[in-house]
This record gives sequence, C-alpha cells and structure tokens, in this order.
Amino acid sequence: MTTTRSVMPFDEALERFEPVLGLETHVELGTESKMFCGCPTAFGAPPNTQVCPVCLALPGALPVANDQAIESTIRIGLALNCTIAEWCRFARKNYFYPDMPKNYQISQYDEPLCTDGHLDVEVDGRTVRVEIERVHLEEDTGKSTHVGGATGRIHGADYSIVDYNRAGIPLVEIVTRPIAGTDRLAPEVARAYVTELRELMRSLGVSDVRMEQGSLRCDVNVSLMPRGAAEWGTRTETKNVNSLRSVERAVRGEIERQAAVLADGGRIVQETRHFHEDTGATTSGRSKEEAQDYRYFPEPDLLPIAPAPEWVEELRARLPELPTARRRRLQAEWGVSDLDMAAMRNADAVDLVEATVAAGAPAADARKWWMGELARRANESGTALADLPIEPGQIARVVELVASGALTDKLARQVLEGLLAGEGSPDEIVEARGLRVVSDEGELIAIIDQVLAANTDAADKVRAGKVAAAGALVGGVMKASRGKADAARARELILQRLGVAG
Amino acid sequence: MSLTHRNAAELGALMAAGEVSAVEVAQAHLDRVAEVDSRVHAFLHVAAESALEQARAVDARRAAGEKLGPLAGVPIAHKDVFTTRDMPTTAGSKILEGYRPPYDATVTTRLREAGLVILGKTNLDEFAMGSSTENSAYGPTRNPWDLDRVPGGSSGGSSAAVASYQAPLSTGTDTGGSIRQPAAVTGIVGMKPTYGGSSRYGLIAFASSLDTPGPFARTVLDAALLHEAFSGHDVMDTTSIHAEVPPVVEAARQADVAGLRVGVVREFGGEGYQPGVTARFQEAVELLESLGAKVTEVSCPSFTYALPAYYLIAPSECSSNLARFDGMRYGLRVADDGTRSAEEVMALTRAAGFGAEVKRRIMLGTYALSSGYYDAYYGSAQKVRTLIARDFEAAFHQVDVLISPTTPTTAFPIGERADDPMAMYLADLCTIPANLAGNAAISVPCGRADEDGLPVGLQIMAPVLGDDRCYRVGAAVEKAFEDRWGGPLLKEAPSL
Ligand SMILES: [Zn+2]
Repeated sequence: MTTTRSVMPFDEALERFEPVLGLETHVELGTESKMFCGCPTAFGAPPNTQVCPVCLALPGALPVANDQAIESTIRIGLALNCTIAEWCRFARKNYFYPDMPKNYQISQYDEPLCTDGHLDVEVDGRTVRVEIERVHLEEDTGKSTHVGGATGRIHGADYSIVDYNRAGIPLVEIVTRPIAGTDRLAPEVARAYVTELRELMRSLGVSDVRMEQGSLRCDVNVSLMPRGAAEWGTRTETKNVNSLRSVERAVRGEIERQAAVLADGGRIVQETRHFHEDTGATTSGRSKEEAQDYRYFPEPDLLPIAPAPEWVEELRARLPELPTARRRRLQAEWGVSDLDMAAMRNADAVDLVEATVAAGAPAADARKWWMGELARRANESGTALADLPIEPGQIARVVELVASGALTDKLARQVLEGLLAGEGSPDEIVEARGLRVVSDEGELIAIIDQVLAANTDAADKVRAGKVAAAGALVGGVMKASRGKADAARARELILQRLGVAG
Repeated sequence: MSLTHRNAAELGALMAAGEVSAVEVAQAHLDRVAEVDSRVHAFLHVAAESALEQARAVDARRAAGEKLGPLAGVPIAHKDVFTTRDMPTTAGSKILEGYRPPYDATVTTRLREAGLVILGKTNLDEFAMGSSTENSAYGPTRNPWDLDRVPGGSSGGSSAAVASYQAPLSTGTDTGGSIRQPAAVTGIVGMKPTYGGSSRYGLIAFASSLDTPGPFARTVLDAALLHEAFSGHDVMDTTSIHAEVPPVVEAARQADVAGLRVGVVREFGGEGYQPGVTARFQEAVELLESLGAKVTEVSCPSFTYALPAYYLIAPSECSSNLARFDGMRYGLRVADDGTRSAEEVMALTRAAGFGAEVKRRIMLGTYALSSGYYDAYYGSAQKVRTLIARDFEAAFHQVDVLISPTTPTTAFPIGERADDPMAMYLADLCTIPANLAGNAAISVPCGRADEDGLPVGLQIMAPVLGDDRCYRVGAAVEKAFEDRWGGPLLKEAPSL
C-alpha cells in the first residue's frame, strides 16, 4: 500500500491529458424483504438479527427471488431508457470472502435485465449524455468490521467480525459506458451523474439512496490519455466514495495523481483504490492486473426472469414524472433562474421547497427560508437539509405569519430556532416566546415616544427635514420592542409625530 | 411374519385396523437396527428416543379418532443429506461432523406431516458424490446380499437399510443414479421422480440442476405411497414444479402394460455389461412382451455423451455449492489459532474437512468453469444436455416408456473401484441421461445374475411428469416376476 503524494495541478493535468470516466453505482433497493429470503431489510438493527438459513447460506437452503426487486430493477431500467430483456438469468459469481455467506454472489453476468440506456445530466448549462451499458440485479454481502491494526482494513487487523444483516439485501448495479470528452468538467459530470441518478431513484421510490448509510455506493473509474492520443489509458477503480462531494473530489484527485505519474514517465497500474474522505486522496488497494476469475455460470437454483412485454409496457406507462421533467416544470412554475435551481439541487432543497409550496407558501418565500436560514443551520450542524427536525408545512405557516404581518423576518428566525429546538408548532412557539409583532398602535406609540424622548438630537434632525436620521430612531424602536415592532409602521408613526410628511 | 418383514402398505393397514401400534412397529425396527446394523452400517445416527416419541404421537392421534394417512406410524430411514432439526446432519462429511441444522428440509417436514416415524439418518457417499457409499467420511455401508460388497451409492445407507429390513421405507437423492443404482444392486425399488417434482429445500446440494429426492421401498406400491407423501410444489424451491403430483399410487395399483409401447435403448447394452445383467434384462424384455407390451428398439444417440457431460456439469455446480463450507458459520473449523487470516482458516478447514472424491470434483468443476475453458467444457456439456432432452422427446413420440439395465454390473466388492474413479463413474452410465433431461425413472428388481447370484435392476424411464408410467410398468413387472419367483426377490437374500 503506497500513498502517492505527488500530484499535478488540475489545470495543468487537463492541458496535457484528457480524462475518461466510468461509473459503477450500487443501489440498495428499499424492498421490505431481502433479495432471496423473507428477512427484513431495515438499516441499523443489532448485528445478525435479520438473518435466516437462506441468507446465512446454511446447508440445504435455497434462494427465492424477490418479485418486488425485479420490478424495481425493470422500472429503473425503463427510467434510464434501457432495453428490458425478455428472458435473462441470474448467475453465480464465485469467490471466497468471509462476509459472503455462500462464497458466491448471486448476480447477473452476460444476461443483465436492462441494457443500453442513457441518462442526461446538466453541468454548467451544458447537457451531457451518459450512456448506460447495463443495469442488473444482485445481492449485497455482509459487512466485515476489522478490529485493531492501523488501517481498519483486513490486513493487520487483530480480528474481524461479520454482520450478515446486510447479506442478501437486493442491490442494483448500474454501469455506464466510458464517458469521454468531458474535459475539465469531468469531476462535475461525475457528481452530476450520481446526483441525477439519486434523484431518479427517489422519484421512482425504489430506494432511500442514502450515501452515508451505504444504500447508494459509487465506484469511480478514471483513466487519462495524452492530448491527441487515440487510445485510452489504463484505468483505476476508486471504491468507497460515499458522498456526492467525494465523487467529485475522487475524480479530480485521480486526474491529478495519474497526471503526475504519467508526466513522470510512470505507468498507471490497473487497480482498486480506496478513497479517503478526510484527505480526498486515494490509496492503492488490490491490483486487478491478475484478473480474478469469478467462474460465472447460470444460477441453477433460480428460474430465468422472463418479464412479459405487456407488463413491462404497463410499468413504463406507470412511471412517475422523472427528475429532469419535474425540475423543468418546477423551475417554470417558480420562475427561478437556472443558477437558483442548480443551487437548490445542490442543497437537496428542491423537494422541500416543493412541499412547502404545496403547503401554501409562495415559491419565492419557500426558497428564501430553505436556501437561507435553514441551509445555514444545516451547514452549521453538519446535517442534511432534509434531516433538520422541521417540516415543510411548518415553514409554510411561518411564511403565512410573516405575510399577514404577525411576524417580521427577524421574529420568524426566532420561530425557526424554536422549531429546530423542538418547541412545538410555529403558533405555539410564537405564543410561548411572545414573538407576535406589536400591532397595538397605542403600545407602539408609547414606545416611540420613549425613544424620541431619549434621542432628542436625532428627533430634532428629523424635524429639521433630515428624514434620513429617522433610521436611527426606527432602530431604537426595534430595539426597545425587542424586534417585535413593525419597522415600516414605526417609521410612519415617527415621521407623523415629528410633523414630517412620510 | 415379523413386523420388520412387512411392507409399508401392510404396516399402515395393520396399524389402521388397530392390530398393532406404531410404538410396537417402531420398536421392532429399532430392535432390528440394533441386531444387524453393526454389520451393515446403514445408519449414521439412530434416533431411538425421538422415533418412539413420534410413534406414540401417531398412536395418540389415532386413539383420538383422527383420520391418518396410509403411512402414519410407518418407520422410515432418512438419508443424511436432508436437514433435520432434531438430529445431526452430516452429508457423510467430516466438515459437518456434529452439525445440527436449525431447520427441517421440506421432505423432512412432509415425512413428519404424513406421520412417518424417522428412525435415523442413513449413510451416503460424502455430499452424495459416489456410487458405492465408500466415500462416506464415516466408513462404508455393506450390501446385505454380501457384506463384502457395496450397497451402491450415493444413497447406499438408505438402500441397505431397506434391503436388510431395518426400515420398510427410506429416502434418497438421485443426481446421476444415486437412488436407482443402489436400489438395483440391493434388489429393491428406487425411484427418481421428475426433476422439480420433489422439493430440494433442505437437501444439501451436490448439483442443483440434477439433485432429485426420491423414495426407496421393497415394493413398487410402497415407493409410490412414499413418493406421494413428500412430493409436490414447494414455495421454498422455485425449481419445484407447479403441477399436481402424477397419480403414482393409482398407477402402482393398476400394474398393467397391455398395449403399452416399450422402447429398448439401443445405446445401452453389449460390451461392458456383465453377462448376468444382460441376460436378466433380456428376460425382462420378454416378460413385458408376454404381458402384452409392444417392445421396439429405440435409438438415443446422444446418450453416449451423457457420462462426460454429467462429469462436467455436476462437478461445476458442486464446486460452487460446496463453497459455503468454509468454517466461518458452522461445521468444522481448523487452525483458528489467532495467527491466521480468515482466508487461511477457510482453506485449511476445507483441506481437512473434505474427502478425496469431493476434492477431485471441486477441482474438476473449478477447472471446467474457468474463464477460457467454460465454453469448451461447461458450455458444451449444456449443449449435450439439450441434445439428450431432444432424444428423450423424440423417443417418447414412438414409445410410452424406455427401458434399460439400471447399471452395467451387479454390486462390486468394497475397495475394488476405490482407486479407479473412471470405473466407479461407469456405474451410472445408464441412469445419468434421465438426470440430465429431468425425466422420471425407476429401478425395479429383475432377478439375480447367474455368475454371482446378486440382484439386477431394470430401469424404466418415462417423460417429464410421466412418473406414473414408471410405477405402472414397474408394478406389472414386479407382479409377473414375483409370480414366477414365488415371492419377492429379496426373499432370496441371505438372512443376516
Ligand atoms: Zn434471510
């Protein structure tokens, strides 16, 4: 294991080399039960509590294919514009590994369920078509934890423990064809592809696609060829890339690393590399030069999959509105710019804004809160926007209160604080914290008179016609009312009381 | 007649009539096991306590007026390749020594549901790989006709148990002949149902696309009753067929071949066949003709390639099926002394736990599936398989059943072929085509070879889901021969 520290700056690397990408994405399907047995699939259960003779590969146990998983895979294939096989088989991928109970994985080999599709992604206002080679269905392995040792990996560990809860969870593998011609956009294209794929899965409702929980996992292939060369270079496969940002960083990092090696007269070794979230660097893993022979053969324990063409057409007809179409519609409905829309996607705010709008808020207000105050809060606490303990309906209510004049923006922020602290509904928080705008004119005038009395200098200036000096007085009123006054009304009243026309 | 020498249908009737209790029947058989099995070694595990308990339960249900099936209370010996929750399950391998599964195979469940009393688990070639039961890690089983000879295999414990009156019925599995060949060489009836006609769930896999559970019995009717008891669709095995079990019991009672078209497979016979086997087979042909069957010769040219195709497909599947025995989750684990990696422990465990024949087949299969060899070996073998199925199809346009000797020779001496795998593999020459095509096939006794006095089997093959034809023809042959012999062939076996 070596850590190559020498890298070539990205811009220089791109001047000399052209990157070619490839992405293999694994998506855990959100089916109730596992791929080949009836065990539940919920994430986070105590180790080895969601297991049975089948997923533990006890002697004599046989798999039974999960129809729901097959249907989900076909829907994914259709959404990716793939051809759906009329007849295909599962295949056994044979290799020994302690976290794989049968020591073979039931997967698909030369007869994948879906082939030859594409997914369009937008980067920098440009549409890039990513060709999909295949989409196939397989089962997940168990999860090994290597205890002791320095690396957290199997070599050098004191001992390893295995949790088979994940073994047999349905896994869809989506493989792109090589993506060439993206040039300096390569990192962004990779990220945009995974983003788009994730949204597609969500809109299909087939997976919760949580990268941090591993229900969407990405292997990133990168190779470089010198500008003007006809042949692609040797590629590396970076595994363990578990966030959108990491996808982008992994591509960039590999381009910089490979460029340095090639420029130095070295050669790229075909290998698996591990991505490190902390440094953004990759380290060398298993060499793939001695290609492992998986001895694939058709799985004799399962019948072939033969989806009836009419059924496939029915599934196609029932596909939901797909993300690109939906985004175009929402953008038009909300009247926002490409840039704003992109920002909302990057922040994972589109769904939240949409739900807030659906709960009655104007789009501009919904966007303002989610992309402003809430995005800042999420960022501070390192949580995803959607994971904040706050509901779109609550934001819609806050927006309504502001629109009605019952809250100012400043007060609204305090309501959000209450919501995040779990203090109840917006109305309860307004009540409990006493946040309602001072709408009693008498009370407001009393405060104004206090402020005028305390700031005679400023008051005199205004009387003398320097209306701009009223700002300080309004500020004083806001301060005295602890932000609960309506600033515009306060300004009107101040001018009135000082005999200046507003 | 002692209870142990009664057949299953008779025992069922006696118990139904209240003339004997299930406990008495079970005890009689347990006594017989105690008396003879030290010499035969049919059983790997005798479950005396649980057998008596099951028998008591049957008696209680009957006393309560419950209507029970025809085999309720009948003892059975269960091949130790089916999982049983209450007994060890070893598949004849050291790698599973002492292993107790947490679940019952579907066949086991159905035996229990039918009220059959499981006496214990029978010996087999390790992971059902072999034709002599010599490959068992727990020592060979002996043929009751001659204790120095093999009882066939892989289900040799099951054939010997029935042939030595330790049980009227037993279960077997047939991957290349592992039921029919042991039945033939011990003078009893053994049936390989249509592939998918009986569930493989809980059957420790040897070759998934070939393995078929089936019955052993001393009469055709008994075999049919057991066949009916455990067959039929199982949601836990997606390769099990969604269809009614063919009317096998009715067919066994029908026992009539008048007007039936019988085909003799031209490719099976002649050189390499023991003269006594050929002579008995010829007699069976003449017998069928005398019973009104129309016998013709039928050519199935692809059958010649069945043996090599089988020895690519079965090892290929086994190389993958047996990968799970790695010492990680159950069974034997060696060399886990804290200094070795998981991979090393896995490799050392497998080296210590598997016998020579199992290793040979794992290596054969690993090789046949390797990239660069796959098309030439596994791929070609699958093509042969298709051709064999076509030969069967074409043949069954001309005839209703096909017949052949079950096996080219009678039981061979223990040790004779142990170092000659090719000679051992030839024992399954005639039985393998039905496995490759998934057809139904039965072996029934057809006399003793003149040269050694040992039993010879007649194989009757029927189309997929034509299991009833096997029983119909088998029962007719059985009746006619028994008339001629003055009783079952097994009567001529030396008493133990
Ligand atoms: Zn399970």
